[in-house]
This record gives sequence, C-alpha cells and structure tokens, in this order.
Amino acid sequence: MTTPEASQNEPRLPGTGGVRGFMRRLHALCWKETLQTVRDPSSVLIAFILPVVMIFIFGFAINLDSTRINIGLVLEDNGVEAQRFASSLEGSPYLNLKRGTRKEMERAMMDERVRGFVIVMQDFSKRLEHPGEVTAVQVVTDGTEPNIAVFVENYARGAWQSWLGQRSLARGEEMPPDIQMEARYWFNPAAESRNYIIPGSITIIMTVIGALFTSLVVAREWERGTMEALLATPVTRTELLLSKLLPYYVLGILSLLLCVAVSVFVLSVPYRGSIVMLVAVSSLFLLSALGVGLLLSTLLRNQFNAAQAALNAAFLPAMMLSGFIYEIASMPHFLQIVTYILPARYFVTSIQTLFQAGDILSLLWRDMLYLFLAGAFFIGLSFYHTKRRLDD
Amino acid sequence: MSEQHVVITLTEIGKDFPDPANPKGAPRPALHSISAGIRTGVITGLVGPDGAGKSTMIRLMAGLLKPTRGTVRTLGMDPIGEAEALRHRIGYMPQKFGLYEDLSVQENLNLYADLRGVLGEERRVSFARLLEFTALQRFTERRAGRLSGGMKQKLGLACALLGQPRVLLLDEPGVGVDPISRRELWKMVEDLARSGLAVLWSTAYLDEAELCDEVLLLNEGQLLFDGPPKSLTDKVKARCMHVFGIEGNRRQVLKRALDQDEVMDGVIQGRNVRILLRDSEKHPDLARLGAGPDAGIRNVAPHFEDGFIDILGGGPGGESVLAERLTQIPLDGAVVIEAQHLTKQFGDFTATDDVTFKVTRGEIFGLLGPNGAGKSTTFKMMCGLLTPTSGTAMVAGYDLKRSGSAARQQLGYMAQKFSLYSTLSVRQNLDFFSGVYGLYGAKQRAAVEEMTEVFNLAQFLDAAPDTLPLGYRQRLALACAIMHEPSILFLDEPTSGVDPVTRREFWTHINGIVEKGVTVMVTTHFMDEAEYCDRIGLVSAGELIATGTPDDLKEMVAGGTRDDPTMEDAFILLVQQHAEERARTAKAA
Repeated sequence: MTTPEASQNEPRLPGTGGVRGFMRRLHALCWKETLQTVRDPSSVLIAFILPVVMIFIFGFAINLDSTRINIGLVLEDNGVEAQRFASSLEGSPYLNLKRGTRKEMERAMMDERVRGFVIVMQDFSKRLEHPGEVTAVQVVTDGTEPNIAVFVENYARGAWQSWLGQRSLARGEEMPPDIQMEARYWFNPAAESRNYIIPGSITIIMTVIGALFTSLVVAREWERGTMEALLATPVTRTELLLSKLLPYYVLGILSLLLCVAVSVFVLSVPYRGSIVMLVAVSSLFLLSALGVGLLLSTLLRNQFNAAQAALNAAFLPAMMLSGFIYEIASMPHFLQIVTYILPARYFVTSIQTLFQAGDILSLLWRDMLYLFLAGAFFIGLSFYHTKRRLDD
Repeated sequence: MSEQHVVITLTEIGKDFPDPANPKGAPRPALHSISAGIRTGVITGLVGPDGAGKSTMIRLMAGLLKPTRGTVRTLGMDPIGEAEALRHRIGYMPQKFGLYEDLSVQENLNLYADLRGVLGEERRVSFARLLEFTALQRFTERRAGRLSGGMKQKLGLACALLGQPRVLLLDEPGVGVDPISRRELWKMVEDLARSGLAVLWSTAYLDEAELCDEVLLLNEGQLLFDGPPKSLTDKVKARCMHVFGIEGNRRQVLKRALDQDEVMDGVIQGRNVRILLRDSEKHPDLARLGAGPDAGIRNVAPHFEDGFIDILGGGPGGESVLAERLTQIPLDGAVVIEAQHLTKQFGDFTATDDVTFKVTRGEIFGLLGPNGAGKSTTFKMMCGLLTPTSGTAMVAGYDLKRSGSAARQQLGYMAQKFSLYSTLSVRQNLDFFSGVYGLYGAKQRAAVEEMTEVFNLAQFLDAAPDTLPLGYRQRLALACAIMHEPSILFLDEPTSGVDPVTRREFWTHINGIVEKGVTVMVTTHFMDEAEYCDRIGLVSAGELIATGTPDDLKEMVAGGTRDDPTMEDAFILLVQQHAEERARTAKAA
C-alpha cells in the first residue's frame, strides 16, 4: 500500500478548461436541452399551440368597442315630434331598437334582452308646442353593468342631438352656435381596440410561456436525479445556466414571431415597426421572462410547484398591472410604484409602439433599458442561487 | 491483484442537516465522526438501511456536499477546494442512474463524453469498449427511458466510466433492477475493481454485503463495522443455528425461542427457525420450544445480517402486543383470496399475464419478483384498485368486479414506505384511517385509543409522522391498516430498506396477526422478506412462473454444485428455466 499522493502523478486529461472546453460543454448541454424539448410534446404545446389559442381568445373575447346594443323604446306619445324622435333613434347604426310598453321593457331589461330603454312620455309633443316648458325624455339603464349603461346613455343622447338638429333645420331656425367636437384617433384611425389589445396580449403570452419553459427545466433535472450526475462532471455554473437559457430563448423568439404573424396576417392588426427592433425588444423582455421561471425552478426544485408559482408570479401581475387592460394612471399611487418594477409594463408600451407607431427610438430606448436591467436582475439572481454543491 | 492504494480517506467526518421538523433549531447530524479508507482494486460495500447516511457519505467523497466536521481526501485532493480537477477523475452514478430518459443511449454517452472532455480517438475507443462491455451495442438508438432497469443501470455505469476515472462511486446501483441484471453488473464492477479501480457500492441489501471485499456498515449515521465481511460473520459463526424438523407451527416455535434467554435473535427461514445464540456453548432447551419429537438443532453458515443484529444487541422479543388484542378468527381452511386467469393489459403491454393462485385463511402469501415484473399490478387488482382486463379476483368471497366496496371493507392495506399523510398529525392519521374504513363514534374512539396504547404512540400524538423514528412510523402505518380489524391484510414492500431490528419487530406483529386467523398477502422484491412467507409466487415479466413454499422453490433448483441455494439463486434459475421452456414451445409451435 502506498500513500494517496501516488495518484497525483497522472497525465493531465485533454480538453480541460479554457474557452474550447467551455464551448464544447455548453454546446453539449444546449443540444441535450434541444433534443429533450423537441421530444417532449408539452414543450411544443407551450411554444406553438398555447400562444395561438391565447391570441385568438384575446383577439375575439376581449373587445372594448361597443357593437350594436339592444335598446328598448316606450313611445307613450303618438305626436309627430315623438315619431320623429323615434325614427332618429331607429336610424342610429349602433342601436337595435325594440318597441313596447313600460312593463314589457322592464321585463326585457330584467331578462337582458335590452340593455336599457328610452321613454317618451305622453305629453312630449304637447310640451314642445309651448316654448318655455321643459321637455324630458327618460332613459332607464341597467346600473349593474355601468360600462354598458354609459353606452346606452351616450347613444340616446346622440340620437337626441341629431333629432334636435333636424328639427331646427326643418323649422328653418338658426342652430344655436354649437361647438362640434370631431375626434381623430392618431395611429389607430378607426379606434379599433383590437389593434391595441393584440400587441398587449403578446406581452401576456410571452410572459407566460417564457416563465413556463424555464420553470420546468431545472426542477426536472432535480426531480429525475440527473442534476446530481451533472454536478459530478466538470460543468460550471455559467454553462449550466446558459444551457437553460439559450435553447428556450430561441424557442421564445420563434413563438413570438408566430404570435406577430398570426396578429398581422390572420387578425389584420397593422404592424408598423421593423422585425429587427421587434426581435431586439423581445430579446430583452425574454431575458426577464425566462429569468423569472429559471429563478423559481432553481429555488423550488419541483416542477409542479415551480410551474404554479411561475404562472401566478408572471401571469397575474402582467395581466393586471402592466397597463395592458387597466390604465396605470388610474391605479392607486402605491400600485403605480409597483408597476415600475414589472418588466411587462415596459414591454406592453414598447410593443404597442412598434405595432401602432413604428420604430420610434426616442420612445423605445428607455423601455429597452429597463427591460435589460430587469432581465439582468432575474438572471443574476438565478446565477447566485445556482448551486455547484447540494448543500451550499 | 494489482497493488492497492488508499485513494479516499475520511478523517472524523460529520455532516449535519437542518432538522425538517424544526428548521431554525439545532441541525440534525446525518453522520457522526466517521473515519475510513477506500482502496483501489477492491469493491467496498457501503451497507446500511435507508436513512443510515450512505448517500451523504458518497456525496461528501464526490464533493457534492461539504462536511460539517472532519476532512475528506479523494485521490489526495480536497473534494470542495479542488473540485474542478477531481471531477475529471471520479465516476459517480447517483440513484436512478442519472440518465436522460428522452435521449438515446448514444446521445447520453455523447453528452457525458463532451462534458468530461473525452474526445477524438479516445472517445471512439471508449465508446466501442463501453458498449461492448455493457452489451448495449444493439440498443444505441433506443431512448434511455425505454430500456429495462438492468440496461439503464449498465448505461449509467458506462456514462460514469467515461474519461477513465480512478474512483467509481455507485449509489444504490442494485435498486429497481432484477436479480439477474444485478449479478451481471456485479461481475462487471468486479472486473473493474480487479483492473485497479477503487469501487464504492452502496446498498441496503445485506446479502450484497457478503459479496464485497470490504464493508462499511452504517446505521443511523454511525459506522458500526469496517472490514472484510468475513471478519464480521466469523464473530457469529458458531452461534447461528437452525431449529429443524419442526412439527406443527413454526411461528409458535419462533415465539417460544425468542422468549429463551439463550436466544438473542430469531427468524423464520423456510420450514426451519433460524436463531442466533448469545453464547455458542449455551443451547436453548429443545423441549421448551415445543418443536416436536423429531426436532433438532444444528449449526448453519452465518449471514452478514446475523453479524449486524449481533452489533445492534439482538432482535426484539417474540410477543406481539397488537395480536393479543385481536379477536381470533376460526381457521376454517377456506380460500379467502383467489385469482383466476387474472390479466391486465395497458395498451399493447401485458403487465399481468394469466395469473392464477389461491390463498387460504391464516396464510402468508408472497408475490416475489423484481421491479416492473407486474407484482404491483396484480396486487392492485387483488385489492380492487385496478380492474382486470380479463379473469376474476375474489377476496373474502366477494368478486371485486361486482362488489368491490364490500370486499374492501374486509381488507387492510399498507402501502410502500409506510405512506401516511405527512401534513396530518399522528392522531389525525389514526382518526382519518379509522374513519375511511367505516369506524365512527365510540367505536372509533376506542380503536384509536387502543392503537395508541398498544403501539406506545401517546408521546407522539401531536407530531407529524415524518418526524417519528422509523420504528414508530412503521407501527403507526400498521395501526392505520389494522384498526378496523380486517380479516385480510395487504402489505406492499413492507420492510425493504429497513434495518433488521425494525424489520423483525414488524414481522413479529405480522406473525402474531396471522396466528389470530388473519390472512396476509405481501409483495416484495426483497429475497430475505420472502423467507417469512408460507408460500411464494414468483413473478417475472407479468407471469407467475412458480408457486410453492420457500423451501420447495429452493429445492426445485438444488442439486449439482448448488447444495444450499439461496432464494435469489432459486429465483434466477427458475426465471431462466422458464425462459428456455418458452423458447422451446415457441420453436415447436
């Protein structure tokens, strides 16, 4: 028997350390990750099916525009003026008019067959004959749905205005000097909310799939016992972390391009920016989206928990606080502060800029800087928590 | 044999982990001050029950854990400080083999070769050599997930051997693998050791310890023995006895034997009772054992387990306090469990293939076979957890297909590894299980109280089951399965990975319960456990290939050079015979 030192005069093994070793190991790990992803039907589902399904849901289900609203009319006066007012309502392109008695309309509103109704009272025409008397039209709406109630009220008011104008013209009266407001919606002339919703929803989709991808991959290695085997090889922390980012980054960009293609070619949302800027901005955003998932996966070491946490930590804040649906300016002050640390906030504005306005660098650079910082923060934290031992 | 070097030295190492029950409190030691050396040219067995600290020790040597106290030197290097250099020189196979199941055999090899820097000519030669060595040449394109347990194990070994390590650390390589593959792997590893590698093989199977050149025996983080296994068995050599020629009930004989002062331990072994004496000169009085007029006592070859028990100070007594409380079920010789042509298919895979057996009242029947042989599927059909594709499963006279819930009321079920609800307290577990088995009100309270008293659980009632010592956890699991006094008890791998004292205590209860007329059905892949059974069914690849008493099965393969075959020998030979027979009939047809 000899001393342990005997083992030290061994030939040095080839390919240890150095840039070549780094590249070789990184390549091997990335290739392994790619094979695993391609062979796992669930990653195809997350990368390509989920985004398309989500974009269609967002594109069709969430619509902030009002389309034709069912509205009731109770005409208790048969006078000429009352008939004219009724036809003005009927002529509105935004309303489906149903006529009936008060009782019938009340019933109809309870059953949600109409969203509100207008009552023209018995003495409507008579009162009009007497200048100086106030003439009133009653509008009843469903207060449990304030959004729609406001629509009903506005449409009724619009019909009223157009009836008044016609009436003055018919009588040869001068219209009282009136200020006409004419709104022009820049960048989105038809004020189509879809043009605004779809780019925002791409943020949500990328947040979810980015976090889902990486939340599973480190935890999977721990669960299947392969992490221990990897740790016993000369793999470094950087190689391990990069191999968990690069393949999913590529996959993330692919699903992003798919989302944009579906938006532009299927849903006819105009895209005014360049592909280069799209990839640049999205790459920065993916850093943080992948980073969040990676961090959770590294900390929790359990696929189920990590995926649950990633969904909640990524999806909910992105949905609620990114300014995609709910206006940040109208949130309570402390919530507004919270939105500043949310990468999704910056991606929502920059991708909306790209879609609706184009490559406006003066607007984009600040968002891109924040996105970069957020990405660096999450990946840095994952790096810090990536262990080279089982107990440190 | 080549010259031997000590390549791993442990000097008074200790390792603490945070206490899961009290993370902020004092950490719990997993290893206490252990000193040992691992040499090249031999297989060193790291032997001990689950939770003894085996994996912790291996991970310390591989630099995956940092010792709390003491120093580790692997190949003269500090596994933490010089991790980089060390990782090129050790081969480490973790539990579950560390393979990527979505990758093919070749892709797994490529990955580990790249990671370990095995390139160019060396890579080509290594692959060819390892594929030949492991006989995996024909399967290079197959995904690792589709390999059998034995093939996975070989691939895991091949991956660990890339880069020609000086040290090979294998963490429980025998788990989940059939005995035939286990023997093949052992031969491969033995060749490696003879060629000058240092091999550490960890195992919870005490019979594997006897094959090792050197053994480190761990129990509860303490090193109980360090040396060649023979020097341990030599200590008990003269004290291992068989009581043979027993007439009547072996379980009663064992119980009486354990009551004798001269006997320190005893187990049932086939139709004999195996006892360990305190003193080789002082034999127990045969008349007091009540073994019948023809009974005798003779010296037998010691096993590693006898030595282990000797160090632990002997086994528990033979009295089961639990069994005393049970009502006697008359032994009427009725068939209470019956499988008729039971078949279960999952897609085109037949997990259980035309299995037929009968179990009579008061019998212990075991299904013995490696993991993946179809034991669990058969077992689950017998307790009504799975519906058979064809054939019938009868329990206590009920057809499980038609009156499953009536049958389930008659049986108690203890799942693997004492599955209890870890988020419920001990008391809540008892309440829950008595409740689901239909006990309520005063009857339920009385049953919970009785179990608490019988198993001495009062002090643990508010604790979480996972924080209990292993022995108590086992008692609690048994209590939960037996509270409603079932007439049939199903046990799934009840004592694999458990230390021998705890295992004996368990079987004392089971023996007692059976004496009260309860019928017991056991599945196990653990050859030792099979010896406790009255009859065994051997399961291999979904088929029941032989049924009989443990001794019958051993005798079926005895003769020639094999005069005293073990259960494992019997298993391997019967499986091989069966395969040959099949091949012959296939050829004839």
